[in-house]
Amino acid sequence: MTLSSPPAEVPANGSLAASARRPLFRRVLHNPLGAVTLVFLALVVVAAVFAPLLAPHDPNAVDARNVLAPPGEAHPLGTDPSGQDVLSRLLFAARSSLLGALTTVVVASVLGVGAGLVAGYHGRRFEASASAVSDLLMALPTVVMLLAARSVIGPSSQATMAILGIMIAPAFYRVVSNAVVAVRHELYVDAARVSGLSDARIIGRHVLTVVRAPAIILAAGVGGIAIALQAGFDFLGLGDLSRPSWGGMLNTAFSVIFRSPQQLIWPGLAIGLTCVALILLGNALRDELERTGGPPARRRRSPARSRPVDEPVHSDDDRRESTADDSLLDVDRLSVGYDQPDGSVTVVVPEVSLTARRGEVHGLIGESGSGKTQTAFSVLRLLPPGGRILGGAIRLGGQDLARLSEREMTEIRGRRIAYIPQEPMSNLDPTFTIGHQLAEPLRITLGLGRAAAKEHALTLLARVGIPDPERTYSCYPHQISGGMAQRVLIAGAVSTDPDLLIADEPTTALDVTVQAEVLDLLRDLQSESRMGILLVTHNFGVVADLCDRVSVMREGRIVESGSTREVFAAPQHDYTRMLFGSILAGTEPRGPLAETGPDPATKGLPA
Amino acid sequence: MLRYVLRRLGRGIVLVAVVAVTTFFLLYAGSGDIARTILGDAATEETVLRKQQELGLDRPVSVQFGEWALHAVQGDLGRSWFSGQPVVDAIGSRVAVTLALVVGATLVSALVAVVLGVLAARTGGWVDRVVQAGSVIGIAIPGFLLAIGLVFTFAVTLGWFRPTGYVEFARSPGGWLASIVLPVTALAVSAIAGVAQQVRGSMLDVQRQDWVRTLRSRGLPERRVVYLHVLRSAAGPALSVLAVQFIALIGGAVFVEQIFAIPGLGQVAVQATGRGDIPLVLGLVIVVTVIVVVVNLVVDLLQGWLNPKVRRS
Amino acid sequence: MTGPLLDVRDLVVEYPVQGFGGTPFRALHGVSLDVRRGECVGLVGESGSGKTTLGRAVLGLAPVTAGRIDYDGRNIGHLTRAKRRALAAEIQVVFQDPFSSLNPALTVEQILIEPLTTQSVPRATAIARVRTLLEEVRLPASAGERLPREFSGGQRQRVAIARALALRPRLIVCDEPVSALDLSTQARVLELLREIQDSTGVAYLFVSHDLDVVRHLSHRVAVMYGGEIVECGDGDQVTSRPRHPYTQRLLLASPLPDPEQQARRRAERRRLRSDGEQVPAGPR
Repeated sequence: MTLSSPPAEVPANGSLAASARRPLFRRVLHNPLGAVTLVFLALVVVAAVFAPLLAPHDPNAVDARNVLAPPGEAHPLGTDPSGQDVLSRLLFAARSSLLGALTTVVVASVLGVGAGLVAGYHGRRFEASASAVSDLLMALPTVVMLLAARSVIGPSSQATMAILGIMIAPAFYRVVSNAVVAVRHELYVDAARVSGLSDARIIGRHVLTVVRAPAIILAAGVGGIAIALQAGFDFLGLGDLSRPSWGGMLNTAFSVIFRSPQQLIWPGLAIGLTCVALILLGNALRDELERTGGPPARRRRSPARSRPVDEPVHSDDDRRESTADDSLLDVDRLSVGYDQPDGSVTVVVPEVSLTARRGEVHGLIGESGSGKTQTAFSVLRLLPPGGRILGGAIRLGGQDLARLSEREMTEIRGRRIAYIPQEPMSNLDPTFTIGHQLAEPLRITLGLGRAAAKEHALTLLARVGIPDPERTYSCYPHQISGGMAQRVLIAGAVSTDPDLLIADEPTTALDVTVQAEVLDLLRDLQSESRMGILLVTHNFGVVADLCDRVSVMREGRIVESGSTREVFAAPQHDYTRMLFGSILAGTEPRGPLAETGPDPATKGLPA
Repeated sequence: MLRYVLRRLGRGIVLVAVVAVTTFFLLYAGSGDIARTILGDAATEETVLRKQQELGLDRPVSVQFGEWALHAVQGDLGRSWFSGQPVVDAIGSRVAVTLALVVGATLVSALVAVVLGVLAARTGGWVDRVVQAGSVIGIAIPGFLLAIGLVFTFAVTLGWFRPTGYVEFARSPGGWLASIVLPVTALAVSAIAGVAQQVRGSMLDVQRQDWVRTLRSRGLPERRVVYLHVLRSAAGPALSVLAVQFIALIGGAVFVEQIFAIPGLGQVAVQATGRGDIPLVLGLVIVVTVIVVVVNLVVDLLQGWLNPKVRRS
Repeated sequence: MTGPLLDVRDLVVEYPVQGFGGTPFRALHGVSLDVRRGECVGLVGESGSGKTTLGRAVLGLAPVTAGRIDYDGRNIGHLTRAKRRALAAEIQVVFQDPFSSLNPALTVEQILIEPLTTQSVPRATAIARVRTLLEEVRLPASAGERLPREFSGGQRQRVAIARALALRPRLIVCDEPVSALDLSTQARVLELLREIQDSTGVAYLFVSHDLDVVRHLSHRVAVMYGGEIVECGDGDQVTSRPRHPYTQRLLLASPLPDPEQQARRRAERRRLRSDGEQVPAGPR
């Protein structure tokens, strides 16, 4: 495994662990947006709960002599067209709004989460029917169905909101069952089963923890939708007219929009701000979760603090020769880093120098995190987002690739440098046919016509050992095997007759018998075209099989470089020797089990 | 591909049937003493009974359903209890207006959302932050609130448009356009927000895929990589969201039509709901479900065209 | 001590296929294999050979369609969930992927205590046991309060091994336990597994695609291809002088870390291939 993804933020160990373990609620309070929205929502709840104490008037008291009064001492927010106190109505209306939203959220989450857990964990039959019901409900236009329900049950807002909860439950169901299915396929759940945990405990311990956060985020969103819909129904006059509601107030205000437009302000603000606050709260929750609960940040030793630069060991005189005519690629003191959100730069390759010659296969070997893939991507100038070349030169036939513009680099890629990736299946565009993906670069880089490009692509497919080129040409990537896909990618890489081929662990994802065939293919192609290959790998066998030269990389530096024969015969650097020492091939076999083996483990646990 | 289409079509027909059966039974079983409601409290017991016979309400619900279904498959959805007008006519005269609003809003939002989403994903920085923040607000603000805001700003305060009312396209195309600008805007904002967010997200996801790097390594120009390959893969999820938004827009139209006084399905729906006009409500549910099924079918076909893998599942 | 610890006879595993009328996918076609007490049996094969399925069947994670899995003389192929749980103290597992085999939300101590408390070991005893376990797998005692993501791949695999050891099982199914690790880490983890076997007498069913790894640790080796065992025998013989054409092909395909030896091996493989022997006499 190489470091093919950019390093995520790697904060100091302590802070990372601490922030991950802090409860979500506390973390949201530290998020500015989260804190503001939570405080606002708390105020709305307080207003609703204590409305009878806070309201200066009876919300339904009509004062016909004092209609549409401006804000004043008796009526802090004025009165409405029938002389009712706006503030009091606003406060009491918060009650029905929150109650309605709560009803929807509770109904939806209980139904959705429950069904999702059962479907996700026990699967099969229940899941099939639950998913069918869920699909059905999701396909229905919610508002129209609620109107239909309203025509039967009358203006009861709680019942309408409960029905909304049923209609919206599939949202919870989907999130939960997907999360559970994903967790169920995690090896740690298998391990928990092997450890003897009951299903209930597995759900409680391993599954619920995964589901909790997305469900809370969803609940915030659903609450927002519920408040908006309830207000909308009240606005249409379909709600319970006997008690104050934000939507009803808005309706009253809308009817006097020409006479007194300021009437719209308060109910409009109440509805809008509450909805926005709920959605923003959901976003803040998600941001907090993604910040720390995201994909694991791979820990790497910081190359920056490694020992002072020791000159790489050269087991032959290739340093002297590197300036000779046969040099194809000359990487000179290249350093690579990733921009961090805080403005700093994490150096992943401090300084690497290597020379690949024309017509030679140069192996770049190292363990994960050694920076070998980063070096390869730098040569292609295809580092992941955030990554950039910090210094040094990459000379290819007199040009310094590190200094070329994006446009100039596009001219180099495909024509002079080509690339074979590690994972065959994920490196083909799933939406285009194999043929299209082979012919497209030919037409663009070589300027071939449609027919000529196809003909060339078919020849290439035959050359890389695809049994039925015509059929494969019209296949989509998911219709072929991994070994075939890798052959297709190799065909694509050599199609434009490049000078240099960058092969990043080209056989790592393949079975060993397929690997042998792919290595044979690479060897044959290389000897036919005399192209240079930079082969990134962690496998000494692959180096021994294919490479003329090898450079051993560690922590972003080359520690040893030389002809494969010499390095393998007599490794000079301690690190290289340590790696050779770890090779299992050729070590003593374990041998048969001694007849009087050790006593079987005694059962029982220590006292 | 043909099997895929037929399977989707079959699913759509099943959906309409299931909705018809459930809605019918729930509405008719739950509707209570309709005849009394229609005639008012003053009516005598005798007239109420006669009205019930007239409407066929004295028979078992299953028999009523059988009769209704038999007519429904021939395109007859019964008559309104209150006006006596055939349901098909009451809906048919209004459906074009609502569809014009909803389809217009969908097209506008698809266009604007793709531009915004691609822009945000490609440029990053403050453009991205503005689009993201705008999307969140656009999703959060209820459509009817926005509609009221638009009426207040552009019609009441600035006087650019007539606050309410609808002009037939046949009478004056220009007037028609002017009359739907505000309603379509009110509808489109949340759809734009939702779809733009999805376009941005899936563009970023797809750009991270390994095959994008491999395409670049083949010397394809950046524009071709992004607008041919990345956008095609990103379009699938965005299209799904657009389909969901379309369904939501039909609901949104109910409110928007009320605010702008547009004679579409929404007005019929609110009126029928308020009165408990069950045949009309049922007809509306069926018609809207058929529209949803048709839209989903079109979206499924587009998905199959975009992504060959979908065709198999 | 009579009979093998684990005795698999004519095991067939089939997975149902989605949709109507699909014939189920048969992952194992009647496999027989035994593991003696304290023994390490290597199981080698390429992807799709069924080696992982066999391991999962022994663990109760794959459906047994036909045949027997006898553990200590008792058929465990069709146990109920409850009875299977009782076997947790006997058969344990170490998975391949050290990233997904540990719950990222739990600390190492919580992960290690879980199997113990499930068997109603008192909490204080369990905590003490965790400390010895960490020592056994050469992790510092302070590792307990940290989260899996704070560890490297090799260290995580040590945590996984500690979890497997927690209940002192007599059999551990190791499913490619070192495949995701770097070369140097791989050697150290294998060394640890060997030491543990020598000191506790636990038996391993060791699943791997790598002949060298299997050869290093296994007393006996079985080779799988297409859901069947094609060759089984002494570890040295199977991995150095295989008799079955498929195993020979597998051996010749693994590149040797020596340019000259590898050149010879490659020449031999190419000669075999041109002789037309490339189709192994394996099952369908």
